[in-house]
Amino acid sequence: MTIRDVMEIVEGVVLTGEDKLDSPVDTACGSDLMSDVLAFVKDKTVLITGLINTHVVRTAEMLDITCIVFSRGKQPSEEILEMAQEADIAVLSTRMTTYTACGELYTHGLPGTREKTN
Amino acid sequence: MAILLEQVFPVEAGAYATAGEASTTIKRKLKQLGIDANVLRRVSVASYEVELNLVIHSMGGTLTLQVDPEMVTLISKDVGPGIPDIDKAMTEGFSTANEEARTLGFGAGMGLPNMKRNATTFDIQSQVGVGTTIMMGFALRG
Repeated sequence: MTIRDVMEIVEGVVLTGEDKLDSPVDTACGSDLMSDVLAFVKDKTVLITGLINTHVVRTAEMLDITCIVFSRGKQPSEEILEMAQEADIAVLSTRMTTYTACGELYTHGLPGTREKTN
Repeated sequence: MAILLEQVFPVEAGAYATAGEASTTIKRKLKQLGIDANVLRRVSVASYEVELNLVIHSMGGTLTLQVDPEMVTLISKDVGPGIPDIDKAMTEGFSTANEEARTLGFGAGMGLPNMKRNATTFDIQSQVGVGTTIMMGFALRG
């Protein structure tokens, strides 16, 4: 699956990182708890979250997460988008809730992350 | 062992907005050195966790990065308040983080165990009223 596929499945729009839409994604995770994301995620993952702050981008950058999907139509600030751009991360926004977005992606064959990063 | 790179980053207590800047710089520097992607991710996660801990829990401190041909080393050193019970602090789910940290998505009591899991070697020393020092090594070769 590619980031473009993710965008179509969650009926999302791209806010930054249009050039990355053809990058592959292998897994996804949905969480508002960055502590958990830091503990469980591996790379080429999509992060679906309803939490909007700069630490979502920092967490994603540390883990080589390639795409963040903000759920429930939330709009990240310019600062967040600039950080994501600098970190080479695509940012999408969807009107779906986190639960629905995750469910749609899972149904379309995108599995969850493994439990360990190493 | 010859040190290839050493850099000290001051970390301010309570500076939530800038927390993670040192870790971002560390990650980018190590990437420039061409460090293996898996090791790089482990160093980055541990670095971000320890930097957040300095911001959330300490009265200020430093994060030091050292690189030699065998190892990446991260040293976190703060000036207090110290951890009364290290075993408890190392338990997953135990947290003393404040509301501000939780609002940002942290403070789930995963930080120290996650650092230990990602590092090759992990050592924590703490004395109440003095401070905490955490030293983590990440082997560059299997």
